[in-house]
Order: sequence, then structure tokens, then C-alpha cells
Amino acid sequence: MCDQTFLAITFGPCDNCSQNKPLMNIYLKNEPINYCSLCVELMACQGLAKGETTNTLKAESESLKAKLEEERAKLHDVELHQVAEKIDALGQFVMKTRRTLKGHGNKVLCMDWCRDKRRIVSSSQDGKVIVWDAYTTNKEHAVTMPCTWVMACAYAPSGCAVACGGLDNKCSVYPLSLDKNENLAAKKKSVAMHTNYLSSCSFTNSDMQILTSSGDGTCALWDVESGQLLQSFHGHSADVLSLDLAPSETGNTFVSGGCDKKANVWDMRSGQNVQSFETHESDINNVKYYPSGDAFATGSDDATCRLYDLRADREVAIYSKDSIIFGASSVDFSLSGRLLFAGYNDYTINVWDVLKGTRVAILFGHENRVSTVRVSPDGTAFCSGSWDNTLRVSAYLRSSGESELRNILYNTV
Amino acid sequence: MTINTLSQDGVQRQQMPCLTKMERMIISMQDPDMGIKLRNQRLLITVIPHKCSISDEEALHVGQLFVKYGYIYPLKEPRNLILKADDSSYRFQTPYYWMSTRWPASELDYAIYLAKKNIRKQGELIEYEKECYNALHKRINHTWDFVVMQAREQLRASKQRRKGDRIVLECQEQAYWLVNRPPVSPEHYKLTTLTKNTIIEHNRISLARNRVKSSICLESYVKYCEQYQPHDPIMQGCLPSNPWITDDIMFWNMNSETVALPTKLRVERWSFSFMELLNDQMGRKEFLTYLEKEFSAENLCFWQACEDVRHGETAKIPEKVDEVYKQFLAPGASRWVNIDSKTMEKTLEGLKRPHRFVLDDAQMHIYFLMKKDSYPRYLKSELYKNLLARAIVPQETKKSVFPFMRRQRHSSPSPALATQTAEDDGKAKDESR
Repeated sequence: MCDQTFLAITFGPCDNCSQNKPLMNIYLKNEPINYCSLCVELMACQGLAKGETTNTLKAESESLKAKLEEERAKLHDVELHQVAEKIDALGQFVMKTRRTLKGHGNKVLCMDWCRDKRRIVSSSQDGKVIVWDAYTTNKEHAVTMPCTWVMACAYAPSGCAVACGGLDNKCSVYPLSLDKNENLAAKKKSVAMHTNYLSSCSFTNSDMQILTSSGDGTCALWDVESGQLLQSFHGHSADVLSLDLAPSETGNTFVSGGCDKKANVWDMRSGQNVQSFETHESDINNVKYYPSGDAFATGSDDATCRLYDLRADREVAIYSKDSIIFGASSVDFSLSGRLLFAGYNDYTINVWDVLKGTRVAILFGHENRVSTVRVSPDGTAFCSGSWDNTLRVSAYLRSSGESELRNILYNTV
Repeated sequence: MTINTLSQDGVQRQQMPCLTKMERMIISMQDPDMGIKLRNQRLLITVIPHKCSISDEEALHVGQLFVKYGYIYPLKEPRNLILKADDSSYRFQTPYYWMSTRWPASELDYAIYLAKKNIRKQGELIEYEKECYNALHKRINHTWDFVVMQAREQLRASKQRRKGDRIVLECQEQAYWLVNRPPVSPEHYKLTTLTKNTIIEHNRISLARNRVKSSICLESYVKYCEQYQPHDPIMQGCLPSNPWITDDIMFWNMNSETVALPTKLRVERWSFSFMELLNDQMGRKEFLTYLEKEFSAENLCFWQACEDVRHGETAKIPEKVDEVYKQFLAPGASRWVNIDSKTMEKTLEGLKRPHRFVLDDAQMHIYFLMKKDSYPRYLKSELYKNLLARAIVPQETKKSVFPFMRRQRHSSPSPALATQTAEDDGKAKDESR
């Protein structure tokens, strides 16, 4: 879903020898520096201690990795589905689409819920960002971005602003005004600046800070008012496609997943990569924390979703089936964390039992790839956006009798 | 631009216009009258014709491109594909080896070349060439006899040529393969050292991490799911009804922040964890009321103020931190919080240069104090138990009598309106002063 455009070679004065030369952007101790190729060679030679060659380093790296896997395996005394044996299996899940939001002119790429549990913001390939009241299906605000492929959008916690970005390499914040005559684009605030496309953005606990991830392989934390970069996170070796903030007490970490098949956990304060998981076989498209914050799920192009535990420091479950061939583009948990909703590129949404590892439902209805799936903040419904230009809000229908089913059918949208 | 990079005859599509331009230039450079002056090189006994050298800025740059694409190759340091503005010698590549004529460079040809080198230098291939040789040996093993045979034949044929020609041909072939199968270039080679070092560092730290047994972690999920199942509308429905299904927003109204009496489920949820209590505005208010009775309300206020500093505007941090100090930390402050001396010292030190996280340690301390002490007592208190007893359990909505009638879906006030009216109120207040 991406190409590697990580190393940007520019021309200018070298940070070391000050000569005007073609430069290489490299990172030393998480700091980006620009050295000319000669200085890079000289410096890297110092990196090699006596007797070391890249081969010995490679060997050491491999052996450490193997030891790490050994250590992780030592404490792995039971599988998730074994622990889940004592729980009752889930019954049939009948999910019905209760709202279909039509209005985008092109593929819907991203969406987010407002904390008031009924409003959503969605962005699409045609450059439009629309704020809907999903309950009434009314469009409340619409913004036209100056670029196409708006791949990221987020609702502010207060409900007063939305952030969005994409191919313009920026993340912009639009305060939502209720004055119909006012042009929302006029009050736009440009917050984040990356060197490649913006893949995902999210407000932290307040309207004042935004976390972004980009195709340039980095994540960054920004102050909205000043547009200042507060912290940057380097460690991915390819595009970063998704991020999610941890619902923890101290609220200091987040997880990111990218095209290098790695999922990294970061400390927001120091910018350090705290933990790293690399078991996927292809790009990780989406990452989401488990509601308790002790684990996170990932959806990937290798057609599997996986659950990683942070305390055990390993992958604990894989959700896959032979009949699922296409990649998962988006994942989200239900409120209790028992169900995992995953949208796939084969136009379906699969619902997985997180504990037992089985699939409990498959939802059809979209006519093209499902690009985003999000459960509402109070868990009453989930919204799915797709390349067929629509968004659908679906809820669980407890079929407790034919009469009720008939009731609902007549009331269907 | 399309995704397809190969045209019908198999040549790299986007390169063709560049290649044809380059080739035209190369040909004109070799023009005997208008082109570059060529000299003969003396290599011990043999004389090698047609070498030249280069000067001038732009010419240098264009020349660099020629070298990169293999139209010119250096003689002194063949592995270093750079054009130098000095007296070093270069030679034009024969059209046979031009990119437009011999693209793509196949694996078979490369294998033959490496095999020839192997035989000739008797196994003295350099590092990456050895790796490639072994990899190819595995990959095209079925044709290996052919490869070795071809290599031998070509070596035998070349022995019959004049020495000068032989050297030239060898150089040409070597240059061709250096362009088309570049070694891991020196810069990249050294760069991977850097990244390898950081990876090794990272792995060492990971090894030292404390891990928890899988059984404990996995059990915690089971417990969590069980505990939250009654609260999950998708798993167990919600009372009175799911607004999305029945078009009745009673559920949202009953669970709003400003409702008089909360629902039982909501009050129960406050007992799951301290974070649940604090995340719910109503829960926070109730907890504050309780703390006021216990004369420890300043703890919660301090925690809230710290949160505001952490997540607020960067520009306002110094003044906010100052406020916090005056209210909560200064000796004799009106709402002094009880922090241990070590943390207090550290915090006061940090206040000299206030930043976003300067109050983190103190905030942590107070948070855990409340969590370990006040919170459990609150859950056992009369205040909480009374509220729990009074809390509502909503009735499940009766099914509609008239199944054909669709309910009106009412819109709700936008959250943006709330702040706007607050702003307007503020403005009005300012104006009326």
C-alpha cells in the first residue's frame, strides 16, 4: 500500500564539514542530522570498533534477536484459546445497518466519532471532510481541503474542532463554527508538517495537542496553538500507517504500525521506542489498543489480525482464516474488548471473538473495500467507511422473536 | 504516470528518453573532430587507446550521470563510479554494453561473469560478489553446468585475443556489471553499521525487560471481558434500548453528564477502577464531594490542575505552573498537598525552568495516594452506597404498538454550540462592564 521514500537526499551545507554537497539525512541517537556522504563514511568508520565488521555486527544482532525470542518464549505457558475454554461461546450475532451516510463524491478513507456518541467526521479521496450527525444523517459541516486523498481525520475531544490531512503532508485543524455563512477553511490552522503524506492523526486528551504519523517513517507530537513540534519519534524504517493512544492511567504511551511490518510502542515524553513487535508478514495497516490498555490489535495486508500483549511482550493471538485472502485495513474493539471488528479489502467486515479466536459474524453490504471501522464511544454501534463512497452505521440486533424482527424491518432505512 | 515500468520490448520505460539523449551526447563526444581528445595510455608494455579526462562544473555533473549509467567508466578505481575533476583516466563503454542494448541484465549472464572471475582469479571474489555467487548457485542451480561451461569457453576465447584488447574487454565487462549489479555501496555499507548498532542496543534493552507470564496476562483479559460484558451494548444490549435500533434517544439522555440520577450500571462502573471514576464527570464530582468531607479535596484539585498543565497550551504553561505552585505547593499555601520530601524537592527544582512535564512526579504521587487510600474508602462509604441504591435501572422500551410508524429522529445541540454560547456569554459580560 505504499512505497519506501524514507531517505531524502538534499543539497546544502554539511553539518560536519560545512561544504555545500549532496546530503544524506541520517539519525544519530534519534536526532536527524544532515551529513555529506564523505562525513558519513568517516563517522561510520568510527562506529566500527577494532576487529568488527558489518558481518560481526550482523551476527551479533541476529544472536541477540534469537535470545530475545527465547526469553519471550520462556514465560509463554499457555495459549489464549486454552484460557478461554471455560468461557461460554458467543451466539449468533445479527448486525444490521441502521444508517447509510451518502454524500461523499469519492472513496471514504477515514472517519472518527465525536465524544457525544452520535456525530462523526469523515474524509475522502475527493478532498472533502464532512461532519455528520450520524443519528439524523444530517450533514453539519463540510470542508474542502486543498489536496486530494485526505487519509486522516480526527474529532477533537471537546467536539469543537476537527483535524485532517493527507497528501498535502500537513495536518490542519479546523474549528467548527455554527455560523452557516462562515467559511470553515478561513479559520484553518496548519499544525503538523511532514516530508511525506500524513497517514494518521489523533488528538491527545485535549484539543491542544495532536499526534501524527506519516509516510516519511516518523510520528510526531505537535502543539496546536503554536504549531510547534513537541516531540518526534524515529524508529520505523518505512512508512508509518497508523497510530493509537493508550488508555492508561498515566496516559504516556502510544503504539504505531507501519510498512516495515513492525508495531512499535513509544513513550511520548522521551520519544523513545519502548517495545517493538515484528511478527506480521506484510504491512501493518491499523493498530488499536485493547480497552484495558494492556494489549493491542493490528490489522495487516497479510490477511491476519494479531493481538500483542505488552506485559508478556509477545504476540498472543492470530485471527485468520484460509478463506480470508485480502488484507485487513482497519480494526477496532467493542467496549468490553470481547469482539474485534475488522474491515477487509474484500468488501467485508469480519467480527472476531477476541478470547476464543473464532469468527462470530461476517458483514456484507459495502460495494468496495472497507477502509475504516470504528466503534462508537459508548459502544452502541460501529461505523464503517468504504471506497464505495458511503459510511454505514450498524448495530447489534437482538433477534428475540419474529415480531420484533418484523418491527425492525419496517423501520429500516 | 502508469504503474507499468516495462514497455513492450522489455526496456525500462521511463529510462528510454534519458538513455537516447545520453547516447546522442556520448556519440558526439567521441566524434574524432569535435569530440574529446583521446590519448593513448601506457600500461607497462601495452598501449591502450582511447582514454580521456574531464574538467568544468556542469560537464562534471553530466559526466557523473554518464558514469552512473555506465556510458563511461573510470580506469584507476573501477569500483568507485564517480567522475573526478582531475587527471584520472576514463574510457567510453562500448555500445554493446549500453543500457539500451543489453537491458535487462539477466541472472544467467551475471552468473557466467562471476564464474569467469572465479576461475581466473582462482576464487578471489570480493565479499558481496561471493554472496551473490552463492545465492545464484542456489537459485539457478539447474543451469549451473551451462554457466560453468560458458565461462570456460569465454575465457578460452579471450586468451586468443591480443593482450590490449583482452584488458579492454575485461574492463568493459567489469564496468557493465558494476553498474548493473552494484555492490552494497560504501555509504550504504557504513550506514547499516550505524543502524545495526542502534538495533543491537535496542535488543539488549529488550532482553533486560521484565516480562509477565502469559497465563497471568491472558487471565486478565478474560476477567476484563467478563466484568465489562454487561456494559457492552453490542454484547448484551442496553436499557432502555439501543438508540440506533429503536430511534429512541432515552439511553443517551439518561447517561448524560448533567442528569439528576445516574443509572445503576454507570455507578457500578465507577467501582471497576479509579480511572473509570475519574473519566466520568459525574463520578469525579461525587468523589470530590466525598473528599471534601474527608478534608482531602485539594488532592483531586491538584491532580486536575496538573492534567491541565500537561495537556494545555504550551504558551500558558509557565503561568499555569506558577498558579499551581502558589495554590498547592508553596509553604503555607491555601490548599497545600502532602507530597513526600524527595518528590517535593525535585519538583521545586524543576519549577525554576517550567516545562510540560515538570509536575509529573508530584501528580503521580498524589494520584496513587488517592487510588490506594481515598478511592477504596469512597467505595465503602455511605455516599457511594446510597447513590448505588438510588440509581435507576431503566425499563426496557415496550415494542411499538404501530409497527409502521417511524419515530422522529431529533437532532441534538452540537458540542461546538456549547463553547460558542459560552464565548458569547463571555463577550456579553465583558461588554456590559
